[in-house]
Amino acid sequence: MIKLSEKIFKDDIGQEPTRNGYGYGLVAAGEENSNVVVLCADLTESTRSHWFAEKFPERFIEMGIGEQSMAAVAAGLGISGKIPFISSYATFSPGRNWEQIRTTIAYNDSNVKIAGHHSGISVGPDGATHQAIEDIATMRAMPNMTVIVPCDAVEAEKATIAAAKIWGPVYLRFTREKTPVFTDKETPFVPGKAEIFYQSKSLPEVLIIGAGPVLHNALLAARDLEEDGIGVIVLNNHTIKPIDERKIIELAKKTNAVVTVEEHNIIGGLGGAVAEVLANHYPIPMEFVGMQDTFGESGEPEELIKKYGMDAKSIKEAVRKVVKRKK
Amino acid sequence: MEILHEKKLKELEEMANTIRQDIIKMLEQAGSGHSAGPLGMADIFAAFYFYILNHNPKEPNWQGRDRLILSNGHICPVRYAAMARAGYFPVKELKTLRKLGSQLQGHPHRRHLPGVETTSGPLGSGLSQSIGMALAAKLDGRKYRVYCLMSDGEQDCGNTWEAVMFAGKNRLSNITAVIDRNNIQIDGFTEDIMPLEPLRDKYESFGWHVLEVDGHNIEAFIDAINEAKAVFEKPTVIIAHTIPGKGVSFMEFDYLWHGKPPAKEEAKKALNELRTLGGKIKSEHE
Ligand SMILES: Cc1ncc(C[n+]2csc(CCOP(=O)(O)OP(=O)(O)O)c2C)c(N)n1
Ligand SMILES: [Mg+2]
Repeated sequence: MIKLSEKIFKDDIGQEPTRNGYGYGLVAAGEENSNVVVLCADLTESTRSHWFAEKFPERFIEMGIGEQSMAAVAAGLGISGKIPFISSYATFSPGRNWEQIRTTIAYNDSNVKIAGHHSGISVGPDGATHQAIEDIATMRAMPNMTVIVPCDAVEAEKATIAAAKIWGPVYLRFTREKTPVFTDKETPFVPGKAEIFYQSKSLPEVLIIGAGPVLHNALLAARDLEEDGIGVIVLNNHTIKPIDERKIIELAKKTNAVVTVEEHNIIGGLGGAVAEVLANHYPIPMEFVGMQDTFGESGEPEELIKKYGMDAKSIKEAVRKVVKRKK
Repeated sequence: MEILHEKKLKELEEMANTIRQDIIKMLEQAGSGHSAGPLGMADIFAAFYFYILNHNPKEPNWQGRDRLILSNGHICPVRYAAMARAGYFPVKELKTLRKLGSQLQGHPHRRHLPGVETTSGPLGSGLSQSIGMALAAKLDGRKYRVYCLMSDGEQDCGNTWEAVMFAGKNRLSNITAVIDRNNIQIDGFTEDIMPLEPLRDKYESFGWHVLEVDGHNIEAFIDAINEAKAVFEKPTVIIAHTIPGKGVSFMEFDYLWHGKPPAKEEAKKALNELRTLGGKIKSEHE
């Protein structure tokens, strides 16, 4: 098994938002490569771009509230040899500026990294206008785009550093709230390579595939399910595109049932991507944990995750349901 | 519109103060949300809901009502407080702001709360929606007016200028826009982040009639609204110069109060300042 935090199931596990990992990663990438530039649209602190801005003021570009312009300016910078990271909330970038990203970044194959912050409903009290639940789908549907969804602050830092080294457009998805830090500096992270984060001792009956901080809920569910006699495998599928087909098919063949877990609409996100793989290569019963094609609302993050069915309890129910569907 | 006599003005000023106190209490309860913008716009909201608007709180969907579009949705606490005080819903509901199941979403949503004309939060799309409503009024031969409140930060948005250009071209005189010119946005002062000046010239060159007022002078603001109604060949924009955080000394002019609520002690201090305001600053209309 790979190395994860020793406190993975402890109450006193460290908590940090994934956006912090972006902030640390930007500084590290900026130190390593002087072509890294960071753009932001009037959200410098909340996207954690301010650490880079303080360290490399000459390579930080304040766009004002102009996400469309930010994407296209970054495209120009990328075409001119820079490695721009554009930072805003996911509802605005890649929300509002989707077409600029499509044409000027993706179609141009300009080396731009798009950081969508405050994704999912765990944004909480700000409400549905600020809760991006469609961004994985809209970015994934775009040719040339790599899509990475880190599960905690440590993985977020690694993903940010890795994105600077990947040639071409990359979408990175971050969240606002503090969430458990359950990976470790030594946990392997290779874009495009899914990793097993949990393997029951008994024969696994279900493969849970997750991405983002809700992956921790999948691990909690896995532990409980094993105690209840249902063995599962949990796969951290941080790279939604290009997806690790080989690994998914290999494990699906062991369990013959899959549950996907994401803080995103169940249409077009991680669940959609996995369903495409299975439909093509190995069709088996599947359950989708995520937003059931509704908008969110104001509330505390934990309340919302529970109400909209992305907590450990809901994941366990989905697992039991998919087991029943196995023939 | 009734005549704006001294007594009415005094009432409006007192209502603005009540709304400010509501805002502080709501935000403290919510534990998140925006302080500076709502406090800065309390006088203008009092003027709209208690004098300017042709509306009926008991019948929020009445076809003939004036439309008040809040483009910068993050200042919704001021709208919610004004609506509650005007009778759209019980004042005690204000304390549910941003909580699960509340009508009072963190950013306003038209399906959650009747009387909210449209959903906002993402900046820069209110003026275009207002144009849609103004065009519908013309098509249907209706007389209602469309008021669009915007922030100065929103003037950074490309969409805002697409709308400004369109309304100018089409001479939409049934639209009056109001800009909360408080000189702050999230990352700092507007003139440092993305300079807007000369803002008046920009609007004028796009075919708008431009008025500038002190956004805390209710009488001057109402005069400007009346002047806008009398302009038949152009849309009007009122640039309302306001003080972010107005009424609470430690919040005024400070962009760090854009997006945070007062903590318990801060709220206490703020409420105390607002409650004693009448004693300190004598109203001109007493
Ligand atoms: C399209 C879009 N981009 C970014 C944001 C995040 N945001 C919320 S308020 C704000 C700026 C605030 O400036 P202003 O509206 O003038 O705010 P205030 O004066 O009330 O502090 C920003 C960038 C947003 N709501 N919408
Ligand atoms: Mg402002």
